[in-house]
Amino acid sequence: MTGIGIDIGSSCAKAAVTEDGAILFWEQMPTGWSSKDTAEALRQKLCAAGFDPVQHPCIATGYGRVVVPYAQKAVTEITCHAKGAQALFGREDLDIVDIGGQDTKVICLRGGSVKDFLMNDKCSAGTGRFLEVMANTLGMDPASMIALAAKGNDAGISSMCTVFAESEVISLIGKGEPKENIACAVVASIARKIASQASRLREAGVPAVLTGGLCEASYLQKALGEAMGAPIASCPQARYAGAIGAALLAEKLPKA
Amino acid sequence: MNYELPEQFAQFGDARKNGFLRVKSIKENGGKVAGTFCTFTPQEILDAAGVSPVSLCGMSEETIPAAEVHLPKNLCPLIKSSYGFAVSDKCPYTYFSDIIVGETTCDGKKKMYELLGDMKDVYLLHLPQGDREHALEQWTQEVQRFREFLEQKFGEAIPDEAIRDAARARNKERACRRRLMELQKLQPPASTGYAIYKALEGAGFYFDVNEVCKELTRLADGLESDYAAGKRPVSADAKRILVTGCPIGGVLEKTVKAIEAAGGVVVCFENCSGIKATLDDVDVDAPDIVQAVAEKYLKIGCAVMTPDSRRLALLEKLVDEYKVDGVVEIDLQACTAYTVESTTIRRKMESLGMPYMAIETDYSLSDSGQLATRLEAFLEML
Repeated sequence: MTGIGIDIGSSCAKAAVTEDGAILFWEQMPTGWSSKDTAEALRQKLCAAGFDPVQHPCIATGYGRVVVPYAQKAVTEITCHAKGAQALFGREDLDIVDIGGQDTKVICLRGGSVKDFLMNDKCSAGTGRFLEVMANTLGMDPASMIALAAKGNDAGISSMCTVFAESEVISLIGKGEPKENIACAVVASIARKIASQASRLREAGVPAVLTGGLCEASYLQKALGEAMGAPIASCPQARYAGAIGAALLAEKLPKA
Repeated sequence: MNYELPEQFAQFGDARKNGFLRVKSIKENGGKVAGTFCTFTPQEILDAAGVSPVSLCGMSEETIPAAEVHLPKNLCPLIKSSYGFAVSDKCPYTYFSDIIVGETTCDGKKKMYELLGDMKDVYLLHLPQGDREHALEQWTQEVQRFREFLEQKFGEAIPDEAIRDAARARNKERACRRRLMELQKLQPPASTGYAIYKALEGAGFYFDVNEVCKELTRLADGLESDYAAGKRPVSADAKRILVTGCPIGGVLEKTVKAIEAAGGVVVCFENCSGIKATLDDVDVDAPDIVQAVAEKYLKIGCAVMTPDSRRLALLEKLVDEYKVDGVVEIDLQACTAYTVESTTIRRKMESLGMPYMAIETDYSLSDSGQLATRLEAFLEML
């Protein structure tokens, strides 16, 4: 069976195709201002690769899951990320940390099912948005800021709030603090915030994995592992975990 | 799920609105009105004094900016909304209240009552903090003191027999409310939870206990005969949810409606407007009727008590009786008592193997999308 998964996130839209559990295709693009246009652009890419959603079952997920007209079903990103991570990391027991553009989730997968999950309340602390705002203040993109952070020492940002943390960054800049130390402080701050969120559900001995757009930010992964007290694994395809999970679930959809 | 309320529900939806006219007419005919905030208010004492109780719990964010002139931002929306209605004179119930009755429940409310006291005549009942041996004695004294206060304020004695009569009537009302709620034990349940909640809420704005009983009975009869005729307003596949936590009148749309839009059904409300306040009756034959009234109210489990063993015990009983698939705790932002206690509830539910999720929200709509995703994911998890 072939399944198509579409994950319309707040900053990035992803598509994946699986066949009998094997990942055949993956693609991403910025969500932009119109989720509907993005969904259509993904459809065209899928068709060009020979996977027309008319011919294969399709599930949409992510905050834009309801604007994908060619999907038979919408499933939340919690369920899809869990399913995708299970396949990517080949384990039925996992603590999944997904850093998304506007929310960060911690999902407990036990015996291949979601046992519990947490999502941040309406606040951008600890999300991708936090890193974007801070990187912007430093005149960089998030990936280079995280890379630079590896070379610095934590200059200390105390506030978890994006708005207040931003003003702390500005005052550190004003004091002439080296950029790498500020970058290091930003990464340390988000790592602490996420580790504290995860600690509510963490179970000792269960491996932790990172999914979402920061899966290749190795220094963030290291800082997060240190803050959580156990290493956190990831892989380049982990940014597609939601779309892959949706595709795997689509394979199981009853024929229309 | 279909949200067209069955015809028999329509009247309850209008009850709160029509209540404005009722309360006006009560006042015009020389009647007295007491604004209340809490299920701990001993309604029988007010009834016996000829005072009509009405809930003043604010359920709209409209008046919050007016409240934030005096109150901190980081405070429960129910307290801010209620206070805002009083300062801005936007609530006819508050406006027409001869007296406002509060209890020493949460800290936010206690201090808000002090400020409210500058504008209105506020009487505060001192609740015991938990289950000490002398709690009932202390609370009985408070209820008696409240009775004497009303006698003095309105210049009329409140005989024991009037309290007994009031208790008989309120027992009957509680039985009617229980009957309606218990229809949700059916599999599938007799109605959406949203419609049941609206009916229970609306019933609080009739001001006439006999009329409330009549309407609730008519509604339950209708649902029962529809069910017997094979009508199933809720799918048998819908996951059965129990809702617990803070008062939810102000967040119903983005929580209860969201649960039911995502394929779940709320079969049981443990909250203030739901089961906990109606579960126990007053022993009308007790030798000391004031103590009997006090005893009924002290049985209410609420996070303002420590320890709150009654809430835990009730939840354990309800998840079994209502064949619940999952428990959703809905707490209002900055409610210390409930948000801290949610850890205790989570542990209890874990020990029962019952899936549990807690959400914290306020009266704005800004988190509706995120809440819907979380509730939907919770249902997918079951």
